[in-house]
Amino acid sequence: MSNWMDIAALNDVPRRGARVVRTAQGCVAVFRTAEDDVYALDNSCPHKGGPLSEGIVHGASVTCPLHNWVFSLDTGEAQGADSGRVRTYPARVENGRILLDKVVIAARTPA
Amino acid sequence: MTQKLIIIGAGMATGRALEALLDTASDAYEVTLFNAEPRGNYNRIMLSPVLAGDKTYAEIETHTLAWYEENGVTCRFGERIASIDRESKTVTAQNGDVLPYDKLMFGTGSTPFMIPLPGHDLEGVIAYRDLEDTERMMGLGPGDKCVVIGGGLLGLEAAAGMAARGVDVTVVHIMGHLMERQLDEAAGYLLRKALVDKGIKIRCSTNSKEILGAEGRVRALLLDDGTELPCDLLVMAVGIRPNVALAAEAGLAVGRGIHVDDRMVTSDADILAVGECVEHDGAIFGLVAPLYDQAKVAAKTLLGEDAVFVQKELSTKLKVTGCDLFSAGDFTDGEGREDIVFRDPARGIYRRLVVENNIVIGAVMYGDTADSNWFFGLIRDRTDIAGMRDTLIFGPAYQGGAPLDPLAAVAALSRDAEICGCNGICKGRIEDAIAAGAGDLAAIKATTKASASCGTCTGLVEQVLAATLGEDFVLPAAAPICGCSDMTHEDVRRMIKSQRLTSMPAVWQECGWKTSCGCHVCRPALNYYLLADWPLEYQDDPQSRFINERKHANIQKDGTFSVVPRMWGGITTPHELRAIADAADKFAVPTVKVTGGQRIDLLGVRGEDLPAIWADLNAAGMVSGYAYSKGLRTVKTCVGTDHCRFGTQDSTGLGIKLEKTLHGAWTPHKLKLGVSGCPRNCAEATCKDIGVICVDSGYQISIGGAAGMDVKETEHLTQVATEEEAIAVIKAVTQLYRENARYLDRIYKWMSKVGLDWITERVETEQAALIERFELSQSIYRHDPWAAHVAQKYDSYQPLANLVLEAAE
Ligand code: SRM
Ligand SMILES: Cc1cc2nc3c(=O)[nH]c(=O)nc-3n(C[C@H](O)[C@H](O)[C@H](O)COP(=O)(O)OP(=O)(O)OC[C@H]3O[C@@H](n4cnc5c(N)ncnc54)[C@H](O)[C@@H]3O)c2cc1C
Ligand code: SF4
Ligand code: FES
Repeated sequence: MSNWMDIAALNDVPRRGARVVRTAQGCVAVFRTAEDDVYALDNSCPHKGGPLSEGIVHGASVTCPLHNWVFSLDTGEAQGADSGRVRTYPARVENGRILLDKVVIAARTPA
Repeated sequence: MTQKLIIIGAGMATGRALEALLDTASDAYEVTLFNAEPRGNYNRIMLSPVLAGDKTYAEIETHTLAWYEENGVTCRFGERIASIDRESKTVTAQNGDVLPYDKLMFGTGSTPFMIPLPGHDLEGVIAYRDLEDTERMMGLGPGDKCVVIGGGLLGLEAAAGMAARGVDVTVVHIMGHLMERQLDEAAGYLLRKALVDKGIKIRCSTNSKEILGAEGRVRALLLDDGTELPCDLLVMAVGIRPNVALAAEAGLAVGRGIHVDDRMVTSDADILAVGECVEHDGAIFGLVAPLYDQAKVAAKTLLGEDAVFVQKELSTKLKVTGCDLFSAGDFTDGEGREDIVFRDPARGIYRRLVVENNIVIGAVMYGDTADSNWFFGLIRDRTDIAGMRDTLIFGPAYQGGAPLDPLAAVAALSRDAEICGCNGICKGRIEDAIAAGAGDLAAIKATTKASASCGTCTGLVEQVLAATLGEDFVLPAAAPICGCSDMTHEDVRRMIKSQRLTSMPAVWQECGWKTSCGCHVCRPALNYYLLADWPLEYQDDPQSRFINERKHANIQKDGTFSVVPRMWGGITTPHELRAIADAADKFAVPTVKVTGGQRIDLLGVRGEDLPAIWADLNAAGMVSGYAYSKGLRTVKTCVGTDHCRFGTQDSTGLGIKLEKTLHGAWTPHKLKLGVSGCPRNCAEATCKDIGVICVDSGYQISIGGAAGMDVKETEHLTQVATEEEAIAVIKAVTQLYRENARYLDRIYKWMSKVGLDWITERVETEQAALIERFELSQSIYRHDPWAAHVAQKYDSYQPLANLVLEAAE
């Protein structure tokens, strides 16, 4: 049985942009890159909680809107001199729809 | 005993299978070949050269009637198979003939997908698949118009072929760049440029709405935005679907295509399938390379030999003369993946390799694809490239060779290319000055005046020096915009203007960006430069803006936002104040504060509530105050002649007029104005970016003030007699600032670079033209973004999905 859950159409998220998915344990940010890859991360910056979904997306990275830390969308790891990590979740696109893993999302613990 | 083999479809795949079968065992089967097209197998992919006039049909015919006869193949061309009875192992032809088979092979190819737009069944709406379609297009010539829907491989080949015949062709493509499945944006940009040079009109990000006809014939394509594109022929090239109808009716297992196993056998052991009609291991196929592999496997299977079809890496090329492009593998970004990008703007070359664990997994190339096979080999063979990593991108010939010369672009400019726009100095004049002994920037400035005015061409002049003098001139290291580029802000702005770069991919390519799509430092700057220089051509990119400007509200430290409506010139009314109070109550705004800019800030509004609170404020006649923008902020005023016993002019009235004309304008940094009614200066006009002090004889205008991290007093620009003149001067100086300053320089910083004299002179001599360009830009940008977002983007402020309940399950 697959645990993939249909979330929304890929086109509901702008290229080089993000939207949030609300869950009981806070928001998950769903990012879409210029090349239509999709990533899901906690929407909270490990620095001071900045909403990563509001950041500028470039390549497979996002820059936090509050103090410009840059995170890899793939690993959640802070880039450059900063250190810290954001939780990432499996995400994929099929037939133009964004899918997230139900079980993994449900198993999140409050950040 | 020979068995009976019936083949459905004389296409490229079955043609190859037939050859393989006859080569190995010419008498194993008695073959009957049906084809819906009234001819045998031809090289379908060469239809494009036929269309372009480079080849004739005779040259692309793979199997002639004589060939079929020699090989004992019974041909039934122009006849379809109508149905199949698997029970009795017979097929029924279109004319009712029933023929028995021992083995049956499908090769029905695909059918072009036709978007079901109103009017798609009009006469003159065609696909691009076979010789008939090609001949229809070949019937057009100079004076005819054609619209092609679809900017993929087929659509572009069709467009280029017709353009070569003098047809007026427009390509309408729904995505943001051409061939988006094979190319990234940068390569897509170069391709577009090459096609536009061939006279083809290209419209990307464009939706079609309806095909319009007259007397049953196509007459025009109507776009979403209301534009009509007249045409005599409309070609739809938006994709193909495996042709599975017959197989499905016969009860074979089909998904997107006819299911086959590794031996090309369908769910019925006596029926095989090859080509675009099949689905193997979840994949379907649209290029011939894998079909040929399938054909060989199918032939072996028919002969009872063992063979297995294996999917391989594929590559794409476009068959349009002068457009050399190549793409293969996976070129999306990802962790652990590294981009190696090489751009040679002078020669229009772009290459990008995606490397993962020292293995090349994807490649996109434009301009020079001579090495594409070598790169494709690296991808296919998963070659470890650790040893040649540094020079890899230059291709096989350059292994260990010299790195790219960064001055190539400047060196390639012609002698009459203009270098200094202010003083009209071209490259030749500078070279002459260098030959006459000028060896550094100061000497060039002194002898030619190049870069002696606004200074934005300084970098270019230095590059001419470096290109001309070689090692005798050491380039001073100017700080580049960011790590994505070696160019300074000034260089990039100059390139945008002089090379008419009107899109971000164009800038990335022509200015040699080292990353695929910039970063959070350069993208906002480029977005500003492009919209300021090309207000009509360039479309503002919200994704390249900092969140405050993307969501038209200032983000707070807890992720909420502040909302500041305009109070024109600091004037409000009881009605507005009530609406603000109501909104504060309704949305439980935690803090309401009077700002330093003479208006009211509602702090702590939730992101999702923004459109709703804006709608309420809009309803009371208020618009966005742009308190978040690198753009016009406030025009602070004092009470002036309306009430004050010292007032000399209507400072409040002028402030309101200024705010109304300038509002919505994007500027390199924020722009604040003040208008005081007399030299007592209660509006603090002399510490604003632009200040006006009213006096009895008119209006003193001064610029370059600030009271932030630096405190600066404004410097006197001019004095004028009337309000109209004051507004004109302020518009002109604002536009000069917009066109010339580097991103994030406020007026005082820009002024310290170009000098007040230069500004004064420009504003005097070019006032009318500056105002005209300002108004042109304002025709697009002078609007209320709140209202626009409430109307069009409401949903984007809401969560994508709410799983609060889901997770609780
Ligand atoms: C709200 C306000 C403070 C207040 O409560 O009065 C304010 C709030 C902020 N100011 Fe300011 N400034 C405000 C008037 C000023 C003034 C006074 C004025 O305009 O008369 C100044 C000094 C004058 C000047 O600009 O020269 C001022 C100089 C700055 C600066 C320094 C600019 C500089 O060039 O040095 C910054 C930082 C920047 O822009 O990079 C800044 C930045 C900010 C930001 C946007 C910080 C940020 O990036 O988040 C603050 C946003 C708060 C928010 O979420 O709303 N703010 N800020 C004022 C809004 C005015 C308005 O109605 O639009
Ligand atoms: C203009 C153009 C340019 C192309 N360029 C390239 C390129 O550069 N590189 C590349 O790799 N690929 C290219 N292709 C794709 C390539 O041509 C196809 O992948 C290939 O032709 C598919 O072969 P096939 O045998 O599966 O189908 P086809 O060659 O389409 O043959 C299928 C045949 O079956 C017949 N048929 C269907 N149903 C029945 C029935 N019920 N009874 C009898 N007959 C039937 C059809 O009439 C057709 O003749 C191009 C295609 C086009 C149209
Ligand atoms: S002075 Fe500093 S803390 Fe106060 S509003 Fe301005 S930027 Fe924020
Ligand atoms: S909260 Fe993200 S960088 Fe500070």
